[in-house]
Amino acid sequence: MAAQVKAAEHREPLVRIAKRTDISRGKSWAIRAAAIVLALLLGALIMLLLGHNPFLVYADMVRGSLGTQIGRRETVKIAVPLLGAAVAIAPAFMMKFWNIGAEGQILAGGIAATYFALFWADTLPRVPLLIVMFLAAAIAGALWGLIPAFFKAKWGTNETLFTLMLNYIALGIEQYLQNGPWKDTKGTGFPIIAQFASNARLPKVLGVHAGWIIVLIFVVLMFLYLRYTKQGYEIAVVGESEATARYSGMSVPKIVMRTMCISGAIAGIVGFTVVSGADYTLNANTAGGVGFTAITVAWLAGLNPIIMVFIAAFLAILTKGSGTIQTNFSIPASVADVLTGIILFAMLGCEFFIRYRLIFRGKGEHSNG
Amino acid sequence: MDKVLSFVVAAVLAGTPLLFGTLGEILTEKSGNLNLGVEGMMFMGGVAGLAGSYYYEQAVSNPNPVVSVLIAMVCAILCAAFGALIYSVLTITLRANQNVTGLALTIFGTGFANFLGEAIGNTAPSRYMAVGNVTKDAFNSGIPVLQDLPVVGKLLFSYNFMVYLGILLAIVLAWFLGRSRAGLNLRSVGESPATADAAGINVTLYKYLATCVGGGICGLGGLYIVMNSANGVGGVWVHNCVNGKGWIAVALVIFATWSPARALLGSLVFGALSVMRLYVALGIPAQIYDIFPYIATVIVLVAVSMRRKRENQPPQSLGLAYFREER
Repeated sequence: MAAQVKAAEHREPLVRIAKRTDISRGKSWAIRAAAIVLALLLGALIMLLLGHNPFLVYADMVRGSLGTQIGRRETVKIAVPLLGAAVAIAPAFMMKFWNIGAEGQILAGGIAATYFALFWADTLPRVPLLIVMFLAAAIAGALWGLIPAFFKAKWGTNETLFTLMLNYIALGIEQYLQNGPWKDTKGTGFPIIAQFASNARLPKVLGVHAGWIIVLIFVVLMFLYLRYTKQGYEIAVVGESEATARYSGMSVPKIVMRTMCISGAIAGIVGFTVVSGADYTLNANTAGGVGFTAITVAWLAGLNPIIMVFIAAFLAILTKGSGTIQTNFSIPASVADVLTGIILFAMLGCEFFIRYRLIFRGKGEHSNG
Repeated sequence: MDKVLSFVVAAVLAGTPLLFGTLGEILTEKSGNLNLGVEGMMFMGGVAGLAGSYYYEQAVSNPNPVVSVLIAMVCAILCAAFGALIYSVLTITLRANQNVTGLALTIFGTGFANFLGEAIGNTAPSRYMAVGNVTKDAFNSGIPVLQDLPVVGKLLFSYNFMVYLGILLAIVLAWFLGRSRAGLNLRSVGESPATADAAGINVTLYKYLATCVGGGICGLGGLYIVMNSANGVGGVWVHNCVNGKGWIAVALVIFATWSPARALLGSLVFGALSVMRLYVALGIPAQIYDIFPYIATVIVLVAVSMRRKRENQPPQSLGLAYFREER
């Protein structure tokens, strides 16, 4: 008898995994919050190892990014392209089209907008010029996004690597323009593109370039588009199961190409806001890794554009704050990437505990029940 | 003739870090894990290897090149494998999305390496984390005596030991995947984990091992980038030094259609493309030369997807998590 009990005990593993069916919203957000806290604690450990008081460092990060008006404006300026690119990526990721080419699409948009800023500023007044730049950026971004979508739809070409390669190709084209035909002839001979004329610059609203308004409009539009339109529904179906989409009569290639046009166009417009609003010029840093970080913003927000606002703001605070602590504590600013990475790991890991629960041996709830 | 010879040598030197990254990722992908963190793991391996040698040189008065090299390699492998371990825990045990986890690993690894490289540099009197000539020479000298032979010497024996290590690794990996029992098991895990599981293969163990060892191999690629002085200074931490080579390696896996032997060819071709502008004058701007490797990758991607030959296809379960409970 005793032996039997022992044998039965042996058969049950120490930990079992069961799918949760009934987790409340509050509880799932509590798990996510706990994950962020855990990540920040790990970050604190790094600062301790470097010999700094983590509380002072974190406090300085917050002060540097939110404490002053200049700091706040800088933080918003960092958040704008990040949020815009995350919104751009959302429909593609919803469709499980792994567009890691936002970087290149931003540059494509930036290049197109810069063309008009450099060569049409004399002939067009401000408002029409900005509109033309906006549209050119959208079209260029859309085309840059359409190329991999076309090959994916037609032959199933791996889009992850294709979009990635297009990033480097866009960067190469930008470098060529900067060193060759678009080089500032009046400058110091340094290979840079001239600053835009004043009528090619986005106006400032509340101290930050108007790009933030454009991006916030896209947040709302994308939220509505994904949630309440037929096209948004089609995107979700293709993402869940391509076979289902095909059987129900949807044209998957058409949806893939259309969605990537939208995704690329928004990324292109982000490029426009960077060259015309933030930098007043085009350079190799116009995209500056935003396209990659935006992926994580989009994913952490569960592809919900409204939540992306908060995540983008959070990462912008980290980035701006890292600049501050580099000055004050001489901690390298790359710590922002380290913290972002750790937070991402924690968030990715915690999803498991939201979807599943662990059942330890002997804690009731037998599966055979 | 001399120019052709220098071109080939430069191509081999430029292709070797890609070879390590590609081989590591082939091993990883054969287990069904698509790890997009190669760039990050290369960064981690590079900085850890450099730091290992740096601290070893600081600690002893008369550094021994062999010891220094071994320390660098062990540190590089362990640190990159640690990155792969994070990825494995998240994707295999916690079933997170492989694409996003890989990207997160790249962000983390890039930040980690730049952070560490700069932080250690800040403590050095020169403000740079740099190793001395003993270690640098050990990583950059060819085979003594043989390399002085005419033509053949330069063509075959002038490379540093990591080049030969990479070639050896490719051969070993080809044998492992094609001829050994464990390799066959690994491939079956990547093709159909449920079948492998039913046949009594420990799917989780194979996935973990392949991903972590693959990550360690990628780390050697990062170490090579840091230590090699063919493209300027070697043996010193340069901000963002890996600079997209990890991503090319991911693409090369497709170019090589998951075959270690073809990875040799692929990395040579891509190495050649990346140094071409110094040797072949086509009368086009330098920046356009720089995008050749990427255009070549795109062409290969499209060609592979259009041809659809059976033996050229990716492992069937690539990118998918294995849920034993949901078979």
